[in-house]
Amino acid sequence: MKLNGAQILCECLVREGVEVIFGFPGGSVLGLYDVLPQYPQLRHILVRHEQGAAHAADAYARVTGKVGVCIATSGPGACNLVTGIANAHLDSSPVVAITGQVARPFIGKDAFQEVDITGITVPITKHSYLVLKADEMATVVREAFHIASTGRPGPVLLDIPRDVFIEEANFTYPEKVELPGYRPTIKGHPAQIKKAAKTINESKKPVILAGRGVLISDAHKELLELAEKAHIPVITTLLGISSFPEDHDLSLGMLGMHGMAYANLAVDASDLLIAIGMRFDDRATGKVSGFAPNAQIIHIDVDPAEIGKNVHVNVPIVGEVKNVLRVLNKAVESQERRDWLAQVRKWRKEHASDVIRQTSKLIPQYVVSQICEVTGGDAIVCTGVGQNQMWAALHFCYRKPNSLVSSGGLGTMGFELPAAMGAKVGRPDETVWAIAGDGGIQMTIQELATLVQDNIAVKIAILNNGFLGMVRQWQELFYERRYVATPLTSPDFVKVAGAYGIPAARVTTKAQVTPAIKKAMKHDGPYLIDFRVEPEENVYPMVAPGSTLAQIIEDPNKKVVPKAKPKETSNL
Amino acid sequence: MTKHTLVALVEDKPGVLNRVASLIRRRNFNIESIAVGHSELPGLSRMTIVVDGATTAVEQVRKQLEKLIEVVKLTDITGEGIVARELALIKVHATSSTRSEIIQIVDIFKAKIVDVGIDSLIVEATGDDAKIDSLYSLLRKFGIKELARTGRIALQREGSGVE
Repeated sequence: MKLNGAQILCECLVREGVEVIFGFPGGSVLGLYDVLPQYPQLRHILVRHEQGAAHAADAYARVTGKVGVCIATSGPGACNLVTGIANAHLDSSPVVAITGQVARPFIGKDAFQEVDITGITVPITKHSYLVLKADEMATVVREAFHIASTGRPGPVLLDIPRDVFIEEANFTYPEKVELPGYRPTIKGHPAQIKKAAKTINESKKPVILAGRGVLISDAHKELLELAEKAHIPVITTLLGISSFPEDHDLSLGMLGMHGMAYANLAVDASDLLIAIGMRFDDRATGKVSGFAPNAQIIHIDVDPAEIGKNVHVNVPIVGEVKNVLRVLNKAVESQERRDWLAQVRKWRKEHASDVIRQTSKLIPQYVVSQICEVTGGDAIVCTGVGQNQMWAALHFCYRKPNSLVSSGGLGTMGFELPAAMGAKVGRPDETVWAIAGDGGIQMTIQELATLVQDNIAVKIAILNNGFLGMVRQWQELFYERRYVATPLTSPDFVKVAGAYGIPAARVTTKAQVTPAIKKAMKHDGPYLIDFRVEPEENVYPMVAPGSTLAQIIEDPNKKVVPKAKPKETSNL
Repeated sequence: MTKHTLVALVEDKPGVLNRVASLIRRRNFNIESIAVGHSELPGLSRMTIVVDGATTAVEQVRKQLEKLIEVVKLTDITGEGIVARELALIKVHATSSTRSEIIQIVDIFKAKIVDVGIDSLIVEATGDDAKIDSLYSLLRKFGIKELARTGRIALQREGSGVE
C-alpha cells in the first residue's frame, strides 16, 4: 500500500492506540494536518501555545497510562515544546512529541523556522529521531512508542522534515521492535528479592518510601499488600502521592522539604528504608549526608542508574516495581511491630502537620481542604508549582491512584492549567481541579480558550495572594524579608475568565469558600474561582536547604484543631 | 591506577557521538579520552572511553551510558588482561645540533620519524599511555611545536600476551 509519510504516521498512531493529540499547526506540519481528517480516530485538540500541548500530553499520559502525543511545527513551535519535554523527562512521563522540520535540502542552512530541535532536546529526551525517509517512518514510530512507554518511561521526539510528510512509500507496520541496545529489566533478581525479604523481616523500624514508580508500574495493590502484611508505615514522595491511600492507618503522607513532620521523623529514626520507585531526590532527602543515618536501604527501581546515584544502597533490586513486589510480598513475614507503630502514631499526634490552624482569615490551606471536603477526595488535582503545589499536596486527601498530577522534577510554573486540560481529556468522567497560584496561572492562561473551544470542564482554583509565594517565603525566612521581584500585580481573573467565556467567581472571605466550590462543581463546564487569600502565609513544615530531615521548622502560629474526616469512597 | 577503561559497542547512526558527549558533559563526568571507529560487527562502532576514577563515579558513567538506546553493550575492562594502545604524532623542534639526540630517543622508544623539516621533525609513536607519556616528556626539552594523540583504544586479552 503506497501512502505518504504523513499518512503512514497517522496509520501508526492509530495502531499504537492513540486517541488524542494536542497540537498547534504551522508551515512544516501542513502536510500532516492535511491528512488528519482522514483518521477520525485521532482527535486533535488545538492549544494556544505549544507548551500547553506538551504539558497536556504529559498529564494525559499520567492519568491514563497511555502515551501522550503532541505536535508542533518547526522553529519556534518546536522550541515552545522544550519546557514540556524537559518536564516529562524529569517526571518519567511517556510522551511522543512530533515536530515538523524544514525540507531536507534546507537542513543545516539556517532556513526559515529551522532549529536543530533534535540537538536541543538531546539532554531532555529518552530518545529522538530525525526521520529522513518516509519508508523509515513506520519503524521509527513503532520504536518511539515502545521506548516512551517501557522501562522507565520518558519523552521521545520525532523530528520530521516537511518533504518527508509528502513523500510516498510502501507502508508495512513492523511486527517487532529491534532495539539491541534497549533491554529494560522487567523481573527482579530472585536472590536479591530474597535478601530484601530477609532484611525486612529482621528490621525493627522499617518504613516504605513510595515514589511515582509505584504508579507507573500500576502497583498500588501490591504496595498495599506489602504494607498491610508486614505492618510497615508508608511514606510517599511528592510524585508518589496517591500510590497509597492517605486515610489508611499506615499512611504517613509525604516526606521531604515540605513533608509531614512525622514522616521526616520516622525516616530519620528508621533502621530500614524500603524505597520503591523513587529516586532520592534532594527535595525528599534533605542534606544527603545526614539522611536516614541509622537505616539500611533496599532500593527497588526499573532504572539501574538511579540505584546508588544519590545514596548508598544495601540491597539493590532492578526490575518493574509490580513484578518485584509480587515476589517480595510472598517472602515477607507478617509482623505486628507494635512499638514502632506506637512511636509513629505518637509523632503523628504531636506534630500534626496535616491539621490546618484555626483562624477567621481566608488562608489557602483552608481552600484546598474544602475542595477535598466538597469532592470527597474524588477528584484529580493538577497543581502549579510553589506554595500552591505544596498546600495541594499536604491538605487534599488522596486516596485513588493517579489523583495528583504535579510537576515534581522540573517544577514548572504554568503546568496546572494545561495539565488539568490533559487530565480531563484523558479521564472525562472524573472531576478535575487545577490548583494554581496567581503567578503560575498567568504563564499558560491562554489555554482557557482551549477549554472553551473543546468544552473541557476543568475547575480552576487560583490561590491569589499577590506574590510569587514560595520565593517570597524564602525571602522572608532566609533573606530577611527583602522582597525582591516577588510582589505581583495580576488582572481581575474573573474578568479574564469572562472574556474567554468561562463563568467565574471571586472569593474574599472564609464563609464564601465552600459555597463557591459547590457552585463550581454544579456548573456543567469549565469554572474559575479567584480566591483572595492571606498574602504572607508560609508553607509549614519546612526543612531548610542544607538541613537534614530531623531539622524541621514547624508552624509557629498553630493551635491544633482536630481535622474533619472526609467522606468514604467506595473503591480505590 | 585510578583510570578506568570503558568499551562501548554503539550503533553506527548519526548523532550517537553527540548523545554520548552531551551525556558526559551534563553529568559532569571527567573523561580523559574518547576514541571511536568501526568494529568487526556491521553497523556497530567500538568506542573506548578513559575515565579518571579519582574525580568521577565510574559506576554512574557506566550506568548512564548504558541507558542510551544506541549503546548496545558497555564493559569496564580496566585491569591486567587488556591490550591498550594509543597513537601520537609529535612535531618536535629540531636543529642540526639536536637532531641526532632526538633520533636516538626515538629509536630507543621504537618510534618512527615520519617527517623532516628545516627546524622540526614529526615523530610517530604507538604504545600504551605510559610509553607515550615518557617519550613526550623526554622530547619536551627540545620544544614541542604540535602534539596530536588519538586517545586509548583497548581490547581484552585472550592469550598470555606477546608484549
